[in-house]
Amino acid sequence: MTDALIIDSGGANLASLQYAFARLGATTCVSAAPEAVVAARRVVLPGVGSAADAMRRLRAAGLASVLPKLTQPLLGICLGMQLLFEHSAEGEVECLGILPQRVQRLQPSPARPVPHMGWNCLPTAEADPLLEGLGALPYFYFVHGYAAPVGPFTLAPVEYGESFSAVVRRANFWGVQFHPERSAAAGARVLTNFLRL
Amino acid sequence: MRDGQVVKGVTFRDHRVVGDIMSLATRYREEGADELVFYDITASPQGRSVDRGWVQRVARVLDIPFCVAGGIRTVADAEAVLNAGAEKISINSPALADPDLIDALSQRFGAQCVVVGIDSQRTPEGYRAYQLTGDPTRSRPSGRDVLEWVREVQARGAGEIVLNCMGSDGLRNGYDIEQLRAVRAVCHVPLVASGGAGAIEHFAAAFTQAGVDAALAASVFHTGAIAISELKRALRGCGIEIRP
Repeated sequence: MTDALIIDSGGANLASLQYAFARLGATTCVSAAPEAVVAARRVVLPGVGSAADAMRRLRAAGLASVLPKLTQPLLGICLGMQLLFEHSAEGEVECLGILPQRVQRLQPSPARPVPHMGWNCLPTAEADPLLEGLGALPYFYFVHGYAAPVGPFTLAPVEYGESFSAVVRRANFWGVQFHPERSAAAGARVLTNFLRL
Repeated sequence: MRDGQVVKGVTFRDHRVVGDIMSLATRYREEGADELVFYDITASPQGRSVDRGWVQRVARVLDIPFCVAGGIRTVADAEAVLNAGAEKISINSPALADPDLIDALSQRFGAQCVVVGIDSQRTPEGYRAYQLTGDPTRSRPSGRDVLEWVREVQARGAGEIVLNCMGSDGLRNGYDIEQLRAVRAVCHVPLVASGGAGAIEHFAAAFTQAGVDAALAASVFHTGAIAISELKRALRGCGIEIRP
């Protein structure tokens, strides 16, 4: 069995995730088959594109009802994290509902262009196995136009004009708004921690 | 990029080979670059799309974001580059030839993937966008005003704009701050300054005087004139938030 299954959500960033795990010596497979996802040791839910498109693909694959019932560690990345919430304003779509709250569009302002693209540091984080060993001010790479508010399941907020969730967790479901596969050493550490869950 | 090697010119002419793609990509990643941009400068003038083999090789070793530009003329071209592991694609001449391409790419992949590069020249009539700039014999004005083009590409779904000020490119006399400020005033997506960096204070000026979100440079890094770690330290000293 591979170390992690990457859900084929139809986005175009699967290669960079696969390469990131390969650099850490981990094996991955890519699938959208519900039985393979249920049987996987760990599950990664990636996603580039729009929330409405991604939910349509998950429903078509029969995964929308399967994912909330998983018991193994799952990591949602970027849009994949946003899909863990109840609802997204991007296409006004119902999402997986694993986490309460709604994903909102980031509001542009003169000092804060949207989409948010760039490296931001996480000044505070709750103690969590996913975030171990990151040092004082870890920087991660963000690329997104929508964001989840800070709430009861936020492990680490990030500030870009306003505060929003950079890392969330509920039980065996983790989500990161940044791209660990493109966040140099700090990102590699998060993926290494995930492989130890 | 030209014929599989990294090259750099001066004001978009006289390109010289500066090294091998993989060794430069690895070197810049280790030195702390926050993002790399690869321009396949002869793709559009030669009417071909980016060769994807190197995109995949680069994606395997890089753990920072990178953007690929050059000859992406269709959604399928872009998809192949993104599937090979690039974060973003940047379009320039093909966007000028077919502006609807910006809408199509943005709808398919999301605005965050779609960078529009603008090669801009100062003229007596104002700033003008140029096309096919990778080949000095074919480089020509597109007839478009840069500020109007900046507004239009945002409305069509561009998620980032790289402004290459051709008049200052490769000369190391500093970014064209006046031009960047004019574009910043109408640009509500991330704006990247390009063309002319020669000293640390040039980078600082782009951030503090023109309010850009990122600064791109090639010559000073290729020659080793400025070390990325030293540059980042200096910028932090100026109060600019940047990854150490």
